[in-house]
This record gives sequence, C-alpha cells and structure tokens, in this order.
Amino acid sequence: MITLSAVDLTLAAGLVLAMAALSWRMQLGLSGQLLIAGTRTVVQLLLIGLVLKALFANVDLLWVAGISLIMLLAAGREVMARQQRRFTGWWGFGMGTGAMFISSFAITVLALTTMVATDPWYDPQYAVPLLGMLLGNTMSGIALALDRLTTTAWQQRAIIEQRLMLGATRLEAIAEIRRDAMRSGMMPIINAMAAAGLVSLPGMMTGQILAGSPPLEAVKYQILIMFLISAGTGFGVTTALWLASKRLFDERHRLRLDKLAGPRN
Amino acid sequence: MNGLSIIDLYTHERGPYSLHIAPGECVSLRGDSGSGKSLLLRAIADLDPHDGEILLDETPSTQIAAPQWRKQVALLPAESQWWQDEVGAHFSDEKPPWFEPLGFGTETLHWQVSRLSSGEKQRLALARILVNKPRVLLLDEPTASLDADNVLIVERLISEYRHDTGAAVLWVSHDARQAARVGSRHLQLTAEGIREHSA
Repeated sequence: MITLSAVDLTLAAGLVLAMAALSWRMQLGLSGQLLIAGTRTVVQLLLIGLVLKALFANVDLLWVAGISLIMLLAAGREVMARQQRRFTGWWGFGMGTGAMFISSFAITVLALTTMVATDPWYDPQYAVPLLGMLLGNTMSGIALALDRLTTTAWQQRAIIEQRLMLGATRLEAIAEIRRDAMRSGMMPIINAMAAAGLVSLPGMMTGQILAGSPPLEAVKYQILIMFLISAGTGFGVTTALWLASKRLFDERHRLRLDKLAGPRN
Repeated sequence: MNGLSIIDLYTHERGPYSLHIAPGECVSLRGDSGSGKSLLLRAIADLDPHDGEILLDETPSTQIAAPQWRKQVALLPAESQWWQDEVGAHFSDEKPPWFEPLGFGTETLHWQVSRLSSGEKQRLALARILVNKPRVLLLDEPTASLDADNVLIVERLISEYRHDTGAAVLWVSHDARQAARVGSRHLQLTAEGIREHSA
C-alpha cells in the first residue's frame, strides 16, 4: 500500500482552494461553505482516525458502545437538520434517531454475529466502520423520506382533510403521500445497487482495492454491505414513516399540522 | 333528543355554541365573514380539536370512531378537493345515488377532473358526500358557484334527501332569500354565540 505524504494532501487541498477562488470570482456564494466543509473534513477525519487507533488498541465493549452512541446522536441531529418542517419538541429528534437505532443497530449486530462472525463480535475494526456505513445511508434515506412526507402533507393538507371528511382513516388519507415518501427514501440505495460496478466502483470496494485486497474479496464485502444497507434503510425508513404518519394526526384522525415547526430557510 | 345536538362547543377560542337540529329539519346559518362559520362546521365534523359535546341521536361523537362520525356527519366545504385524474376514482359507488337529478350520468365518472367547471365540481362534491348516506349535512355555501337553474335543482334535491332519509341539515348561506327558502329556522353566528332570528 502506498502511504500518502503531507505534500500529497496539500496538493489535493490546493484543488479545493482553487475551486473556492473560482466560486468567489463567479459570485456563487459557495466559497465560504466549501472552505468550512473542507476544514471540517480534515479535522473530523483526523480526530476519528485517532479515536479509531485508540479503540483498536483496547478492544472493549463499553468503548464501542460509547462511540456508537455518539455516531447515532450525530446522525439523529443530521436528520433533524435536513427537515424543512420538522416535528416540534422531542419528536423532531427522537423520530429519526429511534428509527435509525432500531434498524442500523439490529442489522449491524446481526451481521457481526452471523455473517462476518468476528471475535469478539464487537471487534471495533469491523463494528465501527460497518455501523458507520449503515447509519450514514439509513440517515440519508430517513431524512429524505421524512422531509418528503411532511412537506407534501403540508402542501396537500386540503386534500388530506377532504379525504378525512369523506370518512377516510388517517392511514388511508395519507397512504399515497407515504408511499411517495417511502420511494424517495429508498431510491438512492436502489440506484446505487443498480449502478454498482457499471457506472461507478462503490467507495468501500475502491478503498479495499487501493489498500491491496484481492478484487473478489473486496467485491464480496461490497455485496454484503449493499444488502445490509438496503435492508437497514428499508426498515429504518418504514419505521420513521410509520411514526411520522401517526404523529401527523391525533387519535380522532384529525390532521394536526400544528405539530410541525414552521419552514426553515 | 334525536338529531344533531351541540352543547357548549368551543373551538379555536370561540364559543360557546349550542344548537339542536331535529331529524329532517333544515336550519340556515348566517354570520359576517370571519365570524367562524367554517370553523364551527369543521368542529362539528370533528376535524378540529374542540371542547364541549356533540351528539348524534344522543350518542356523543367521542363514542363513535372518527371516520365513522364523518361519514354520518358530512361536511361539504366551500371548496371541494379532487386528487385523482378521473371523477369516478373519487366515488366508491359505481352508480352514485342522486347522480341523475344533479344532471350527471354514468359517463360522468370518466370525466377528467381538470376539465370540470367550478359549478360541476360543486354539484359532484354534493353527490360524493351523499354516497355515504349521511344523517347530518353541514353545507358551506353549497350553491355559491351555481347558475340560477342549478341553485334550484340543488335546493330541491337536498330537501328531497332530507325528507327521504330524515337527515338534519345545517346550511350556511350569505343569501338571505335562499336562507328563507331552505330553512325552517334561522341562526346568526356572533362572537357571543349562536342567536336565533326571524327570516
């Protein structure tokens, strides 16, 4: 494996700086965001690199559980931040976080104990990256689906209420919107699976090949990961949409958009 | 008491409203714009949170599942909504009753919603709630977009429906002459509540 020197990374950083300068010249208003995001990448990844190094040196379930919890809370915050109209109060955070916890953690533990079968099952070298990939993808799916559900419900509130007036239950009144939201949450992973290998080489497989793994071993891991991600995203999105659809109504099947916060800019 | 009874209803910080409509009776409701007529109808259909009691034939609304309640206490909003391409997809019935008297036939079910006039929409929306055979009709300006002929057709049809089924009707109308034609009693909605007045 060819190790990268500080000079190599500086060259790559130069490209980002050049792009930021171009954006500034063209008045795109992106240069600030680009530079901040780039700096965050460096700092966050260096930090996680150090954390992982320490974690791999002391294999301990408590430490793995601790870092998993931090990852989950960060993902939950991210889901909430991506909502145009999020649920007010504790639900705004709890809905996405709860759904991610149920799906990502269950699938990761299942994969670690049966398919990958590491020893111990919480071996951080496998547990942390696996959970990270699942959480990252489930997070995107849930964020997309919830946003779609709440913004569409807001736009189509007259139609939803018309259907309630005609005697529809809350689940009937929102069935199509929920189906659309489910579709938009699942589309990224379905597209990724359909295009895998043809349009692009998936990131994890690329990484393993760059690190010197035999291509077929890398492929097997990638297939496993994609299946885990699609199942995790599916269960996570389903759970989140189920919670959110119920929460949009009250027990008398009234549409309660007052449970959503106002739009964010 | 049979029929629709409303006792000390508060909704959206308005009220208290109390009224009773006997089976087969039609009561007109007037009020300045912004006086909360539509909000009152929404609360009776249990679409908005409210305090107080609403009873249908002495059964409180809380003892009936909400979707069931709304089938029996049907609200016809001032503006109807249509979410499918074809008219027929909004009807659970292949031969909706009261379709012909309103000037429609079975071919109407294949009409495109996007081509309906506002008058057609209003009459079809009425036919749509009658499919559920409601015991109470809450009508919010049901003839606002209709021409004079169709106004009379709709008035006659609702009166027939009322006599045939014993349904109670609460009819919101801006038109004092229409209120006098259709209602046997006349109510005025004010900030203090509901007041009865002569036509």
